[in-house]
Amino acid sequence: MAYVVPRPNLTWKEKIYLPSIVAGLAITIKHLKRMLFGQTKVVMQYPEEKWDSHMPDHYRGAPTLVKDEHGRERCVACQLCEFICPPRCIAIKPGEIPAESRFAKVEKYPEEFSIDMTRCIYCGMCEEVCPEQAIFLRKDYSITGTTRGALMHDKARLYELGGVFTGLVHKWNPKK
Amino acid sequence: MSTETAAPVQMVNVQIDGVWHQFPKGTRVIEACSQAQKFIPRYCYHPKLSSPGNCRMCLVEMGMPKMTPDRKPVIGADGKPEIGWIPRPQISCAQDVAEGMGIRTDSPMVQDCRKGVMEFLLINHPLDCPICDQAGECRLQEFSVEYGQAHSRFLEPKVKKPKNVELGPRVTLDAERCILCTRCIRFMNEVAKDDVIGILDRGSFSTIACHPGRILDNNYSLNTVDICPVGALTNTDFRFKMRVWFLKETKTIDINCGTGSNIVVGSRENTIYRITPRENNEVNGVWLPDSHRLNFKWVNDPKRLQQPLVKSQPVDWRTATAIAAEILKSKTSSEVWLVASGRATNEELFLTTRLIDALEIQKQHDIIPRQGEADGLLIAADRNPNTTGAKLLGVSAKDPGSRLKRLVEGVRSGAIKVVVTLGEDLTKAGLNETDLAKLEAIIALDVLPNRTTPYATVLLPGSAWIEKRGSMINLKGRLQRLNRGAAAPGEARDDWEILRDLIHGISGSNGLYMIEDLFKAMAADVPEFGGLSLSKIGDLGLPVIKEKPAAEPAEAVI
Repeated sequence: MAYVVPRPNLTWKEKIYLPSIVAGLAITIKHLKRMLFGQTKVVMQYPEEKWDSHMPDHYRGAPTLVKDEHGRERCVACQLCEFICPPRCIAIKPGEIPAESRFAKVEKYPEEFSIDMTRCIYCGMCEEVCPEQAIFLRKDYSITGTTRGALMHDKARLYELGGVFTGLVHKWNPKK
Repeated sequence: MSTETAAPVQMVNVQIDGVWHQFPKGTRVIEACSQAQKFIPRYCYHPKLSSPGNCRMCLVEMGMPKMTPDRKPVIGADGKPEIGWIPRPQISCAQDVAEGMGIRTDSPMVQDCRKGVMEFLLINHPLDCPICDQAGECRLQEFSVEYGQAHSRFLEPKVKKPKNVELGPRVTLDAERCILCTRCIRFMNEVAKDDVIGILDRGSFSTIACHPGRILDNNYSLNTVDICPVGALTNTDFRFKMRVWFLKETKTIDINCGTGSNIVVGSRENTIYRITPRENNEVNGVWLPDSHRLNFKWVNDPKRLQQPLVKSQPVDWRTATAIAAEILKSKTSSEVWLVASGRATNEELFLTTRLIDALEIQKQHDIIPRQGEADGLLIAADRNPNTTGAKLLGVSAKDPGSRLKRLVEGVRSGAIKVVVTLGEDLTKAGLNETDLAKLEAIIALDVLPNRTTPYATVLLPGSAWIEKRGSMINLKGRLQRLNRGAAAPGEARDDWEILRDLIHGISGSNGLYMIEDLFKAMAADVPEFGGLSLSKIGDLGLPVIKEKPAAEPAEAVI
């Protein structure tokens, strides 16, 4: 559908620009004065200074795996994150929990779980798709390493970053 | 489908969702609806088994023609009989079509029934889809999405039942997931004729269990896993290996015996995870023996031959084929023998005949027969998948293996100096290791190391059956197609390409660059394949040899 853009009829004051330029300069001079008297601070001295305390709760940093309050690894190796991952950076090798384990009821766990952080695009789809609330994007944004191998987060590293989450999933708890 | 009757078929008129169709008498209502493109959800009904009608998922609204007091159907304004609808829903799986019958597959009552049945079936379901191997191909999941509801009104604790039970060496049961459709029980009773499983206990505590003192160890036990509509019976070998949605499914055929059962190979990134049967009512119905479907581990064996070797030294392909051709050219034809394989495809066997012609070694070639015991169902006594093809193309003797004693005599007397083996272990041809050491040269094409390969002068790594395209002829004379589902490891190549290069090295170019060209060349030479191409064979194969070549008791269960 055609849309007609309304063209305002400018007054002569608007047409010569000068008042606007003066108003703009006034703002600049105001900021200059505040800078000179040390009232504002523009540059943050990263990495000595960090912005972490201002980070919102929904910030999407590195994906991590979490354990529950009983120390059970929440991931059951359903491989949905591996399926949904757009850059295909997740690789899981599923395995069976041995019968003598106290979590034998869960039956399945990831033998190997790796996320290739050179590929991860921090989209958060793995967290969204997880039916067991096992994978979360935490606030670690500074993922660096000197080798490619260091950026291949294996299971141990993912649990180290993830830590423990409580609540949310109760279905595997022993029934009363 | 009930279209296999020889006598003139009586057709009946049936109205499905307001449209009149004609079906042969004796068609099940559920099948008639499928033929009319109206799918009816079902759990317990299986076209190859009897219908107990116990899952109640296939409920439809049914009606019969209204009758006048003198038993004449009332004809409506449209000239068709008027239908008096039965007020209760009926199961469509245990009912045959009848003249003037009316069926509603999507009326509000039917939709309500399905919703109710789904809710009942899910009352005690553990909802452990994330760890269930059936997830992705589960009828409970599918119908839940289509006909069920998102929440459960059932607040009471769910019934606990045995989980992770080994019903047999190859089948694991999770009784909590079971919906008691009894498909597995009926399969074992009606098809495998080994009535070993049944239902124990009553009401919501009913579980599938084996007869006391017995286990589910029949060689057809894994078919119960295929027909299980939910995740109750799972394949112990495939358990937790890979989710089904990652599997690339390749339609091909089984090569463990002459039946040539149709299969689907599930692989991911060149690793084979499972093999399931594929429906072909002319060959294997929808079943497959366990021994055949689990015989694929060797394909991913780390010991697979990956590099052409000359005297155990790795070389490139050009050198290897050149050396092999030199060896063969340096000998007179009476000093060369060729052992082909009944496991090779028609295309490879056709090139083998070209190689035989190039070497001029008529009657100095044969295949190694493999005999086992036929089980009367799907396993044939002939364990070579393509004996018929080898006979048709003339690579094998009329009686396969009958010429092998001439090979043994010739090697022991020193008359035969070079042996070419295409995918066979020569010790199975009657030669022992001293004989092999005595030979001047052995040119071996194979996929795995065996007792011959250490003695091979030139060792050419070939492809497994899932790594190649081609065709085979089963014992009933049916031409069937193999498809590629994985790539060969390392530098291993397609067998037919190796043979082509070998023939090229001996007698010059033959202009074959693609497997399609090769089939075309074969079709021009062999009258049985006249007018065919690889694509024309289709997924279900074609009968090419009309009369049964041998009296084999390999009758398929259909």
